[in-house]
Amino acid sequence: MELKQQEAMDTNIEVPIKPDKGNSPFRIALKRFLKNKLAVIGVFVLLGIILAVTFAPLLTEHSPTKSNLLLIERPPSEDHPLGNDSSGRDNLSRLLYGGRISLIVGFSAMIFTLIIGVTLGSIAGYYGGKIDAIIMRAADMMLVLPFLVLCLTIVAILERVNVGIFVAIIAITSWPNLTRIIRGTYLSLREQEFVLGAKAIGASDFRIIFKHFIPNAIGPIVVNATLMMATYIIIESGLSFIGFGIPQPTPTWGNMISEAQSLRILRNSPEAWIPPGLAILTTVLCINFIGDGLRDAFDPKSNRR
Amino acid sequence: MYKYIIRRLLIFIPMLFVLTIFVFGLIQAAPGDPITGKNFDPNIDPEVFERQKEALGLNDPIHVQYWNWVTKVMQGDFGESYIFKGRDVSELIGERIGNTFYLGIFTLFITIIVSIPIGIYSAKKPYSILDYGATTFGFFGLAVPNFFFGLVAIYVFSIKLGWLPSQGSVSSPGLTGIELFLDKLQHLILPGLTLGLAGTASYMRFMRSEVLDVLASDYIRTARAKGMTNRSVLYKHTLRNAMIPIITLLGFEVGILLSGAVITEGVFQYPGIGTLFLSSIGNRDYPVIMAINLMLGFFILLGNLLADIFYSIVDPRIRYD
Repeated sequence: MELKQQEAMDTNIEVPIKPDKGNSPFRIALKRFLKNKLAVIGVFVLLGIILAVTFAPLLTEHSPTKSNLLLIERPPSEDHPLGNDSSGRDNLSRLLYGGRISLIVGFSAMIFTLIIGVTLGSIAGYYGGKIDAIIMRAADMMLVLPFLVLCLTIVAILERVNVGIFVAIIAITSWPNLTRIIRGTYLSLREQEFVLGAKAIGASDFRIIFKHFIPNAIGPIVVNATLMMATYIIIESGLSFIGFGIPQPTPTWGNMISEAQSLRILRNSPEAWIPPGLAILTTVLCINFIGDGLRDAFDPKSNRR
Repeated sequence: MYKYIIRRLLIFIPMLFVLTIFVFGLIQAAPGDPITGKNFDPNIDPEVFERQKEALGLNDPIHVQYWNWVTKVMQGDFGESYIFKGRDVSELIGERIGNTFYLGIFTLFITIIVSIPIGIYSAKKPYSILDYGATTFGFFGLAVPNFFFGLVAIYVFSIKLGWLPSQGSVSSPGLTGIELFLDKLQHLILPGLTLGLAGTASYMRFMRSEVLDVLASDYIRTARAKGMTNRSVLYKHTLRNAMIPIITLLGFEVGILLSGAVITEGVFQYPGIGTLFLSSIGNRDYPVIMAINLMLGFFILLGNLLADIFYSIVDPRIRYD
């Protein structure tokens, strides 16, 4: 190798030197991830779902919110492959557009929780002391009540909920778990020598957190973020199902299933409520596969796989 | 040990205080109140509302209202429901808590008798057909929203097959003795399976990996080397150690079951705490919401404490003092 390089330099011919593959932690993780078949299938199916809901207008010409009194609870027809709901809206278009809302809620709630959780976790884990004690006691408080009950109480009190408020409620009630995980990772990082080194050359706290701590904690952060998104999609659908989530007529998968609370629809039109249920199941399954794949990929102990 | 338990119990008090202040503050911050919000009738003189508000103490400053509530709760009085006129909150909760309790016990029972044997078998014969089946079930069990599973269960077992009732906790009020028991049991099956699905899936996976870990340890090799049969290696040495983390998880299960019960009970119209909570939230029945929040918080703290106590019982290496 060295000889070749030497020759190349001597003769001034450019020989493409392959970078050392497999050295960067990211590359190792990627390699491991790609070996996990379920995770790769998960990525492709999830991409398919995302494409389908993004290009919903191309797949159906019906509006998801326009009701047609003549078509109430119609069985499937050529024009409406999944029939119509109790307000005469097209179920297929609600399934596609609803997927948008469900995925957006899951994704943005995850991002918001990440922002809150990483910020608080970083402050608590990096500075320690009093501020750490305050943040962790607050987290303990939030964990006393089950997340769902807390969410429901806040939703009940606010009365009027839209997508933005809903996302905020989820983020505000669910940061403690992530905060704990990040703080735990930081506590062990804080004692390491490269941090002392960074401090010695005068790096600011902000720089140390962003350049040294977060990259070292990226494994648990990414894995938890993925699994959180799956949980939030289920939570959103559950709350919308019992009528305390995103209000009608905005379509979400949970909203569509809530139609089946009427025994008549439950019995007579399974085509109205089974597809959104399967959509949630498939999406969550894919995200969980990806999450598991990421966990194994980032975990240095998982070489046996 | 006793000192530890007492110390933990004492920490409950400030935690529950903060929790109730938080919920109370949220309720106060909410626009409107139950009087003007729900029973609005233009024919009624606004003065009547005013008098009613005064009588309920809704015009007092927040801290006075909170303090009144706390002193009453200390005496075991959770106040009167705003919606069910003249009924005590404790009475409303009392008549439903039994049902939620049965549902919880039944769910836990199913979860344990299904997940633990399957988990052990999967670990004993990894990569067998049953192991793959169990793994697949585990993935689905964790991904399916429980209300959707509940609806499918109603669709299949109540509507299509007609085997099991789809809602309520008893079919007719006149039943007694063994008939009543069997009837209640029938009503528990579908909600119990629904509520227990996710738990069963995760315990199964957990049990499998736990047993696999223990089977790979040195003392198991020693036990095999001295000529123990596979059977006694599994039951005497492996299971006892593999069960330790599972038993601990059972303490945390209290919170999971209670919050899962809210949606599951909603699906099956099962008259428990969950459906009471949902209807009080819909009606803004604040005394009931407060009481249920306090109760859930207490039970969850108790569950966490039990988890720690169990832990030291099953694993003598762990000592609290």
